[in-house]
Amino acid sequence: MFQILKKKELNPSVTLMEIYAPYIARKVQAGQFVIFRVDEQGERVPLTVADCNQEKGSITLIFQIVGRSTMKLNALQEGDAILDLVGPLGMPTELPEHAKNICVIGGGVGCAIAYPQAKAFSKAGLHVDVIAGFRSKNIVILEEEIKKHCSELILCTDDGSYGMKGFVTNALETRITQNHIKYDTVVAIGPILMMKSVCELTKKYQIPTIVSLDPIMVDGTGMCGGCRVTVGGKIRYACVEGPDFDGHQVDFDELIKRNGIFKEREAECRMMTLADKL
Amino acid sequence: MPNMSKTKVPIPEQEPKVRAKNFEEVTLGYTIEMAIEEANRCLNCKNKPCVSGCPVGVRIPEFIQKITEQDFASAYEIIHSTNALPAVCGRVCPQERQCESKCVRGKNAEPVAIGRLERFTADMHVNQHEDIIKKPVSNHHKIAVVGGGPSGLTCAGDLAKLGYEVTVFEAFHVAGGVLMYGIPEFRLPKKIVQQEIENLKSLGVNIMTNMVVGKVFSIDELMQQGYEAVFIGSGAGLPRFMGIEGESLVGVCSANEYLTRINLMKGYQDGYDTPVLKSKAVAVVGGGNVAMDGARSALRMGAEHVYIIYRRSEYEMPARQEEIHHAKQEGVEFLTLQNPVKILGDENNRVCAVVCQKMELGEPDASGRRSPVPVENSEYELPVDTVIMAIGTSPNPLIRTTTEGLETNQRGCLIVDETMMTTKKGVYAGGDAVTGAATVILAMGAGKSAAKSIHAYIMQKNL
Ligand SMILES: Cc1cc2nc3c(=O)[nH]c(=O)nc-3n(C[C@H](O)[C@H](O)[C@H](O)COP(=O)(O)OP(=O)(O)OC[C@H]3O[C@@H](n4cnc5c(N)ncnc54)[C@H](O)[C@@H]3O)c2cc1C
Ligand code: SF4
Ligand code: FES
Repeated sequence: MFQILKKKELNPSVTLMEIYAPYIARKVQAGQFVIFRVDEQGERVPLTVADCNQEKGSITLIFQIVGRSTMKLNALQEGDAILDLVGPLGMPTELPEHAKNICVIGGGVGCAIAYPQAKAFSKAGLHVDVIAGFRSKNIVILEEEIKKHCSELILCTDDGSYGMKGFVTNALETRITQNHIKYDTVVAIGPILMMKSVCELTKKYQIPTIVSLDPIMVDGTGMCGGCRVTVGGKIRYACVEGPDFDGHQVDFDELIKRNGIFKEREAECRMMTLADKL
Repeated sequence: MPNMSKTKVPIPEQEPKVRAKNFEEVTLGYTIEMAIEEANRCLNCKNKPCVSGCPVGVRIPEFIQKITEQDFASAYEIIHSTNALPAVCGRVCPQERQCESKCVRGKNAEPVAIGRLERFTADMHVNQHEDIIKKPVSNHHKIAVVGGGPSGLTCAGDLAKLGYEVTVFEAFHVAGGVLMYGIPEFRLPKKIVQQEIENLKSLGVNIMTNMVVGKVFSIDELMQQGYEAVFIGSGAGLPRFMGIEGESLVGVCSANEYLTRINLMKGYQDGYDTPVLKSKAVAVVGGGNVAMDGARSALRMGAEHVYIIYRRSEYEMPARQEEIHHAKQEGVEFLTLQNPVKILGDENNRVCAVVCQKMELGEPDASGRRSPVPVENSEYELPVDTVIMAIGTSPNPLIRTTTEGLETNQRGCLIVDETMMTTKKGVYAGGDAVTGAATVILAMGAGKSAAKSIHAYIMQKNL
């Protein structure tokens, strides 16, 4: 059993939980995920690890409450426990060798994954800017945390209620064209449509782009094939070979359609599918 | 005087129409009278050809003899001395290609129903005995087993009996491997598998679930933690797809995914959260046990039409005879000598048909099987909303890529020597991870011989 050490509401539909999982905390790296099962009847649902604390033996998960499983998870309180938690799964985020000047882009609750990545890259001594996009001011999350681990945080909201008005792609294009910043790598995490638009833009400017995908998963160890995605025309298994892939090679349209297989589940995919509602 | 009936004593089964709508066990098992009658068909042959057909050498005529004497406890002891999971094997072994294929009675009649008698004996044992298992005195040597499928569990059990402190690291939230997530409840009740696992725990085997070796610990880290040897029984690996157009449409999945949602996650039961595709017409591609299980599960999930598409003829199907027979009885439609060439989708990207091409058998290939060749202009559209791929697996790279010194063959399967040791000292492997997808009994046999070798290795090391 995996005990919940801390629970905090980041906004009405996004919750942070710190969970005691010493084996996972020892090993987890930015970009990796876990699969949880709340109780005996529960589904196996993947969530990216947002943070870890080796001394406490804990990991931090940040999730959007969008379906039955995340609702069940959110119903638990500090001191309660989750039945199953397995990880760390997937490959850690790996930057191209030449990477020095990086722009990490997070969309909505995707910022929960953008955050550990920005932190890891900064720690590795790289120059990191973060562009974080939300629908409006009342749902902004992790602003302070992200700020601590990047050179500059550009916050934007669709409705202009906070930060810059516009989408993350507008912000990125402004940085590239008006501020003349030469990013050598972009890392984008958020709703599939957002990642797709970012990739279209970075292709134009020829900036290598890494995206973190969230296909349907069952086992997370490469047994079921549910997580298959098409990258560069080839079938790849996101749970063992991903979840990060070269964004310019990913077939996003296929992913969007496949993630809709189970209507209810659509919302559940690693917290991001509905993040564009944020 | 032996019973000279030419046919096996029939085994009671649920009516096909009824069982095609439920997940309860299909075959109900022999009664005592039936078992004795069938046991009397055995001639107790001196040279025991049947035993040579059994991968673990169960002393078949001896246990059958004990059934005729109504000494069921001894019958069980005889089987159990070489087969750790008789209740499982009696239900899932391909007897028609193993023991029963060698049975003398089979020459001009049906062979003795060895599988059914094995199952009967195991079930009698479970129903009449409360196993009193005690943890043997420890020899203080720690062994790690990776994977809780039949190979890993057998290896763990045998080593525990010798006094080893064994820990099984299992990736899923329960142990059992394919027995839990692949083979459906109606063929192998999960209660039986869990009972076997409980017995192992009583022997002192420590089972750690939610542990993906290669991620949470590497093999080297396990050895640094004081495990003196490691057995890898991590199974067959990633499901293969055909590489044809339309395989990414909504409604195409691997049999592993479909079956895991149903068996392990209990997606067929009310109250469980895991969704399963609700289908009207299902095409299952393949001719093995996995394909039959997928097809029969689809019927039980309410599909009106379920097709098996197989490129060779029924004679070449690798599935157990009984499964093919049961599938047909239940209404699965067999489209043999056909091959899917394309899957078609509707405007929502959902599967709406599969394009099949007819095949004919050509010259025998290297393996001696006649290979199918396409018949020109024979394509036609079969309307379906779901396609389940059951065409095999390729090895999982997870452990191989995280363990230095572990070599694999061209197919990616772990290489072992005759003692089941891999190319890394103290690391053994067996089951599907070594052979590619095979059978429960072969996986068990591998676990057994690895246990023996590990014991010899540890004894030698500590001389
Ligand atoms: C649907 C289906 C039906 C079948 N029907 C039959 C049948 O009727 N008769 C028959 O004889 N055979 C049948 N088989 C084949 C048979 O089940 C397998 O050959 C057998 O289970 C192999 O045993 P194993 O121990 O090698 O591996 P598995 O049973 O595959 O077990 C491997 C275990 O290792 C775990 N694992 C994998 N990687 C890791 C890791 N990195 N760390 C920790 N744990 C890990 C897995 O979760 C799994 O529990 C069937 C197979 C399937 C899929
Ligand atoms: S070959 Fe058949 S008849 Fe002979 S001992 Fe074996 S089971 Fe009995
Ligand atoms: S989640 Fe099953 S293979 Fe990736």
